[in-house]
This record gives sequence, structure tokens and C-alpha cells, in this order.
Amino acid sequence: MSQVLQGQVALVTGASRGIGRAIALELGRLGATVVGTATSEAGAADIQAGLEAAGIPGRGLALDVTDAAACEAAISEIEKSLGPVLVLVNNAGITRDNLAMRMKDAEWDAVLDTNLKSVFRMSRLVMRGMMKARNGRIINITSVVGSSGNPGQANYAAAKAGVAGMGRALAQELGSRNITVNCVAPGFIDTDMTKELPDAQREALQGKIALGRLGKPEEIASVVGFLASPAASYVTGATLHVNGGMYMA
Amino acid sequence: MENIEARVKKIVAEQLGVNEAEIKNESSFVDDLGADSLDTVELVMALEEEFECEIPDEEAEKITSVQQAIDYVSAHLKK
Repeated sequence: MSQVLQGQVALVTGASRGIGRAIALELGRLGATVVGTATSEAGAADIQAGLEAAGIPGRGLALDVTDAAACEAAISEIEKSLGPVLVLVNNAGITRDNLAMRMKDAEWDAVLDTNLKSVFRMSRLVMRGMMKARNGRIINITSVVGSSGNPGQANYAAAKAGVAGMGRALAQELGSRNITVNCVAPGFIDTDMTKELPDAQREALQGKIALGRLGKPEEIASVVGFLASPAASYVTGATLHVNGGMYMA
Repeated sequence: MENIEARVKKIVAEQLGVNEAEIKNESSFVDDLGADSLDTVELVMALEEEFECEIPDEEAEKITSVQQAIDYVSAHLKK
């Protein structure tokens, strides 16, 4: 694909590592000006260095997506300095795995706050600019777990399924303004998040994947790039499963 | 005052894609001018920009006609 996102500002949350990092680079490759967020200043600097090395305009930004005031200030600043955010990729996410019997309210709340509430809040913040531009793409990174479920991840599965439902509602609200809202649901991707899994669990999971291997972050990023591009102009309210055949919806 | 009325009507015409001549003071955005709920939200956004003010949500919900928009702006416009 050529530089189909030339002149558009893309915001990717959780862009310092793994899938988010790959998405930021892919959107930059497609011509977008990319702002990538990380929770720490070091992470933001790392994103910035990655963008610069790839010759992509944009910057890294330290942002806690659960901090409402900080999110509002960040979007406002981006709009002033770069222009409206026309591509939002809600990628930032955390896990606090535990069997339901042992799961603390704090573990539930942390995952729902970061993975669901903040996705709504970020989406709400960029809607105004997208509505005025009569153009916008909101792309939420969910998970196969939101469809399949997974023991030990009641909080994570609930948040990811919640994002998918919310996305379908937003797709209906915003469709008349040429704003699309979609989800990409990765399966088992080789990232820091999945490296935390015990070896036995990794092997068991791998056995369930039709393609017989873990996915690479770039294989998620290319699908996000598609959804952000004009090629996906008629796709909205959808969840694209990218899981190597681990779960077939 | 007349100036405000003209500016409000111009914005309503632009936002709702209707002819300015069709817009009367008593026109309801939804019932007479064919606006849907998202149109009314956008209309308030446009009024906020034109008159450089912030209209709180609870006030915005009460602005359902051209006259109500004119009244609100007239009462809250920075002197």
C-alpha cells in the first residue's frame, strides 16, 4: 500500500512494546503522523526514537489512559499542534489474571478501567474532531479471549467483550458521519504479555492453533493498517479475528 | 440582536443542510427541520464555536428550536 494515510494524525495507545509498537510503525509506513503513548517517560522516548529511526513524523507521549484529565489535555494538545485525530487505535491494555474464586475487586477494577472505560473515554474525546472532518477510524484491539473465554481471565474477557459491544453501538451512532468503528481480536501473539505464561500453557495453546505457531505483532498491525485505510471504507461494527485459526467465529 | 438571529440561522442552515428561507424562529430542529439526535449535538458544537462559548450538556438539551438557540446565545454571549 502506498501512503494512503498521508496528512492524517493517528493516535496509538500503549505503543512502546509488542502489538502497539508494530501498529504505530505500520500506520507511519502508510503515511500517517503518529502519536504513540506509553505509561512512562522512558517508554515515550523509546517510541519517539522508533518513529524517528523509521522516518515517521510524530512523537511519543507519556500518558496514563485511566487519567481522564490527562487524556483530555493530551487530545486537546494534539489537536492544536498536529490537527484532529482521524485514526484512533485503542491498544493499551493490562492483565490481572486470577481464578474468579480468588480474584480481588481491585484486579477486576484495574482491568475494566484500563481495558474498557478508558477505551470509551478516548473514543469520546476524538469523536468531535472526526465528526467535523466527516472522517474517522476507531480501531479497538480486543482479544480472542473476549469471544472464547479463558480460565483465569474473567476480568480481561469481560473487558474485551465489552469493548466489542461498545464498538458496535458507536459504529451505529457515528456511521452517518463516515466514522467507522471496528475491533481487531488477536489470538496468541508473541509479545511480553504472552511471555509471562507458563511453558506448559504456551505449548497447550500452540497445539490449538491451526497454523501451528504464535502470531507476530506485525501480523496484527497489517490488519489494523487495512482497517485504517480507504480499502476498508465499508467495514464497520466488525471484529476481525486474527488468530491463526485458534478460534473460528 | 438581529445579528445573532442571522448568525444562528446561518449555522442551522449549514449544519442541517436546509435552505435559510425555510428556517423560522419557531422551527423545531427535529420536528420541522429534519434533524436527528446527532445533528442536534453537532449543531450545539457549531454554535459553541461560532459564539466562542461553552454550552453545558444540561443546557444544550433544552435547545430544541431556533428561537431557543437565539435566546440562549443572546443571554450568554460575552459582552
